[in-house]
Amino acid sequence: MSILNFTVNGNPVSVEIEPNEYLAYVLRYKLGLTGTKIACDEAECGACTVLVNGTSVDSCIYPALKAQGAEVMTIEGLARPDGLHPLQAQFIQQGAVQCGFCTPGVLMQSKNLLDQNPDPDDHDIKVALKDTFCRCGCYVSMMNAIKNAAQELREPETEHLFNIPNLPQVKAPLNVIGKPITRPDAVAKVTGAARYTDDYNFPDMLHGATLRAKFPHARILSIDTSKAKALDGVRAVLTHKDVPGSKHHGLIYNDWPVLCYDKVRYMGDAVAIVAADTREIAQRALELIEVEYEELPVVDNPVDALKPETIIVNDGTGHGNLLKHIHVEKGDIEKGFAKAEVIIENEYRSPFYEHAFMEPECAIGQALDNGRIEVIVGSQIPYEDRRQIAAALDLPESKVRVRGALIGGGFGGKEDIAAQIHVALLARAIGRPVKMLYSRHESLVFHPKRHATVIRLRTGAKKDGTLVASHATIYGDSGAYASLGDKVMTRAATHAAGPYHVPNVLIDCYAMYTNNPPAGAFRGFGVTQSAFAVESNMDELAHKLGLDPFELRRKNGLAVGDTTSTGQLVRESAGLLECIRLVEQVVKAQPEIENQTSKIRAWGLACAFKNTGLGGGSPDKSAAEVEVFEDGTAEVRTSAAEIGQGLPTILAMITAEELGLPYERVRVLLSDTDLTPDGGPTTASRQTFVSGNAARYAAKGMREILAETASEQLDAAPDTLTFKDGYIRQNGHKMPFEEVVKRAREENRPTRYLHEYHAPATTPLGSEGDMHFGFSYAAQAALIELDSDTGEVHVLKVVTATDIGRALNPLALQGQVEGGIMMCLGNALTEEYIIEKGKVWTDLLAKYKMPSIKHTPEIVSFLVEDEISTGPYGAKGVGEISSIPTTPAITNAIYNACGVRIRRLPVDQDALLLAMRSGKSETK
Amino acid sequence: MKVFDNYHLPTTVVQALELLAQYEGRARVVAGGTDLLVDTQAEYYEGRRPHFDALIDVTGIAGAGEIRARDEYIEIGCGVTHTQIVASPLIQKHAAALAEACSVVGGPQVRNVATLCGNVAHALPAADGTVALMILDAEAAVARQSRSGTDSPDWVPLAALFQGPGKSAVDSTRELITALRFRALGAREASAFSRVMRPQGVALPILGMATRVRLSALDIHARIEDVAISAGPVAPVPYRASAVEEFLRGKTADQPVLQEAAELLVANAHPRTSAHRATKEYRFELLPMLLQQTLRAALERAAQSA
Repeated sequence: MSILNFTVNGNPVSVEIEPNEYLAYVLRYKLGLTGTKIACDEAECGACTVLVNGTSVDSCIYPALKAQGAEVMTIEGLARPDGLHPLQAQFIQQGAVQCGFCTPGVLMQSKNLLDQNPDPDDHDIKVALKDTFCRCGCYVSMMNAIKNAAQELREPETEHLFNIPNLPQVKAPLNVIGKPITRPDAVAKVTGAARYTDDYNFPDMLHGATLRAKFPHARILSIDTSKAKALDGVRAVLTHKDVPGSKHHGLIYNDWPVLCYDKVRYMGDAVAIVAADTREIAQRALELIEVEYEELPVVDNPVDALKPETIIVNDGTGHGNLLKHIHVEKGDIEKGFAKAEVIIENEYRSPFYEHAFMEPECAIGQALDNGRIEVIVGSQIPYEDRRQIAAALDLPESKVRVRGALIGGGFGGKEDIAAQIHVALLARAIGRPVKMLYSRHESLVFHPKRHATVIRLRTGAKKDGTLVASHATIYGDSGAYASLGDKVMTRAATHAAGPYHVPNVLIDCYAMYTNNPPAGAFRGFGVTQSAFAVESNMDELAHKLGLDPFELRRKNGLAVGDTTSTGQLVRESAGLLECIRLVEQVVKAQPEIENQTSKIRAWGLACAFKNTGLGGGSPDKSAAEVEVFEDGTAEVRTSAAEIGQGLPTILAMITAEELGLPYERVRVLLSDTDLTPDGGPTTASRQTFVSGNAARYAAKGMREILAETASEQLDAAPDTLTFKDGYIRQNGHKMPFEEVVKRAREENRPTRYLHEYHAPATTPLGSEGDMHFGFSYAAQAALIELDSDTGEVHVLKVVTATDIGRALNPLALQGQVEGGIMMCLGNALTEEYIIEKGKVWTDLLAKYKMPSIKHTPEIVSFLVEDEISTGPYGAKGVGEISSIPTTPAITNAIYNACGVRIRRLPVDQDALLLAMRSGKSETK
Repeated sequence: MKVFDNYHLPTTVVQALELLAQYEGRARVVAGGTDLLVDTQAEYYEGRRPHFDALIDVTGIAGAGEIRARDEYIEIGCGVTHTQIVASPLIQKHAAALAEACSVVGGPQVRNVATLCGNVAHALPAADGTVALMILDAEAAVARQSRSGTDSPDWVPLAALFQGPGKSAVDSTRELITALRFRALGAREASAFSRVMRPQGVALPILGMATRVRLSALDIHARIEDVAISAGPVAPVPYRASAVEEFLRGKTADQPVLQEAAELLVANAHPRTSAHRATKEYRFELLPMLLQQTLRAALERAAQSA
């Protein structure tokens, strides 16, 4: 033991530490300053940034003893006695806070910048924040926030009124709806007070660890845990034999072993779990577990997986390695191509992609009274967690409580079970709380990815550009377990003719089991992949026909009266053509590009559509409860996940709108299966629609009850009353909201109202009915600069228009649009999850590069509000659509710059330059 | 996972060497630690179990954090960070290539703690700082304990420290680099650095290059009196393009000369394909471009360096 004497946020601190501890760990776990986050633990991401003697450092690998005698400043020390630091206030106001997990690190690095440079421009900010990552991608807003804060600090005497420069124009707002309102959790997120799962600690808490597979495919011959159990400090070692209930979990197919027993099928498979007094001991215990394996051949791609001679990885569906064959058929494909005057046919490949949410998976299990068990976790589907935990533990669901902590990003990657069941098993076995926190390495190896795909796409058109036929064959690598692979690949298939009216369509898609990590939900849900193929073919078609790419898309774009490739009639809310018009208007107003140096600039265009909601005949519902209080406040409750997208803001706004309350008087309680009704999965861009509707109807129900009370007091019919600004009014008379609540209680009326909202019914694929109740649309144009000396590609500007039905909150929408563009820019240019024969090469964040602030283009964003009659105030989903067209817009721009077509993602500057130099027309 | 047990912060070189001696090879020197501590973590996940009884942090040694001019040399102590180098007017003026190279290493938080001496001890042939130091004919002071006690450090040519990728002649369990030095560039003399990265995968350069020139007069068309060119990675150790240097010496840098120099570089360098990073063919395409780019920049600066 050593003593570390230093100053933290101005306070002298003396703390006993191990000499090998790192500063972030001392701050978080010894001093309880959990605002400092550990996201990568390898000095890559900047989430752990603190200032040591005024200099910013990555505290996750900063030996704590190095800080002996130093002055350390953490996020908890940033605010001033009289309120927030201007950086904190500006981050909130500009919408630069989403999931919030990166926020403390970004703020500390920004503070360091302003300490050295009181007047930074965008370039200075990009240099300073280059390695301080935000996966939600709020980089544009951050730059605005930092510049504003700098101005406030330079001119403290002046009153500053800053606008939000990147805010899109929207329809006239209602009382609350339509306004750029800031997040209810923002202050907690900028001060470090926000609590994610690893920020919870309990007395007597143990630390868990998971033994992962040693091979990507192997038979388990034996497991011997005796040596691990004998290690001092180890409290339990569990294997499949200790799983009392269902040996498998899974969202749709129950095919994923809780703990492997017969085989391991990928490197992330869990073979045994340990709980010990410390993380260190738990890790050491893993090394003492002896597992005998018999290695099996590795199936590493979906095309091989389908061959009859290939070894079966997982027979979860009874069809060998075929998880699902998805077939989409419309019209007559042969007749369609017979009419075609031009045919474009190409093969496209995309790799696995990693969500890289900033917060690695973490869960805490603890036993409650009466034999109940509680799991604290940041999950995208709390009620599904409860079901799967209960099944594995052989408990009724009533005995399980899942309590949501804040979530440091999800993007689809926190829908499947991670450590939830394991901590519950360990806590139950030992009777003490058990925390399992995954390292970044473990997170990268374990959790489901975006499907790698091979897409063969044949597009036929008339000479005037009218599409007549589209034929696609898609192979999707769904990895070792089903996860949501079936649904993801279904979406890839049903969107594989693009947002266009194509009379003859044939699509066959094969979702395959392999020995790669499972592939599941990831923002875009399969459409990201097929849109790359569709929009590349469309662009090639335009060039071949000598048509303007805007014109070709306008000619074929889905509009009311058209049918989708599944035969669904588009009845309303199809704003694609307006999106195209807005983007075209901006792009065509740009000055003509004159390329005179080795840096070549060019524009590229792409369009996309994406369903809102589960669709395909799945019951799609959400329940929300609204309770009103005598202090004039209300609370809205549902189990739906806030993963950074801003759901609590939307729920509070809707509740405030319906009850006529100021927004600040509505609290939001999310994701506690004991206290909040089921909002269903946070997936498919559905929460604003389904939980938004649930909250709206619950609030309306509550209002009707209050109206009855008020109508007697005000002597007026209930339907003549108006609810506004905290008062219920009629003809110049008014009653404060709190007064009405009080009276309602005296009258013994209910003060809470639950509504279970059922979205419009959908029909399964193949039935030609409405497979989805709505679609969002987008058009995007990207201006790139290609360095013809190196093949490097930079995105300078993105013009985007997104049809989201109705803008409920333009600030939150801007965050979703800009974040979506950044994520898909990574999909095109920076990211690739690499697996070699089942072994993960990208097993550290140092090898998996998400876009940083330095990649951030100028973004010009339009919102198209083509309302959907069933949505709350006309709104539909936004979370995914914004991220889909960016990749093909960039790759089409590359073609326009140099004449080389990108057929394989991500763009490889090496292959691109060599293709340019050798005169090749594509990179395969 | 913990890769070390103890952490020491000696304040003199003698103390540091004594500590290393006490641990008999089971301790090693650390400076910023950004490479060492992250690399050992990666090794751990590869199944190896790196472990040190102690780390001996040399950044607290008196004077180690200084950049100083001594005689005709500039000396950089073993605690000097990349951030300090980038910000140093002395280095900006007399070794611009080094400032440029250090400015692109990692992000600010890493540059704030990562030292140049530590980077050299890591012995990667393509390390940006190393590529720049090579054209400055830098030397390293290596301190070690001998039977008679601590000798005053020898100045060793930088190139002699490199034995292969990641393999240094400096045994960090017994020796330490206390400083680096190089001759400050003077009148009609200048240097430049540039590199190409890829956006995916590991943060190692695809190709980095540095050049230094001395002109016969303050004129970009004057004769090249002296020239140095280094690139990485084109060999397992840092590379000096001596054939190209020889060709350029005494010539005037007009376009045909630059063109011929580039061809000579391509003929002499032997870059390889490295998985998930770059192909050999791509590196060959970059060599002439980087040579022209860095030579032009160095020539322009030299012509203005009165």
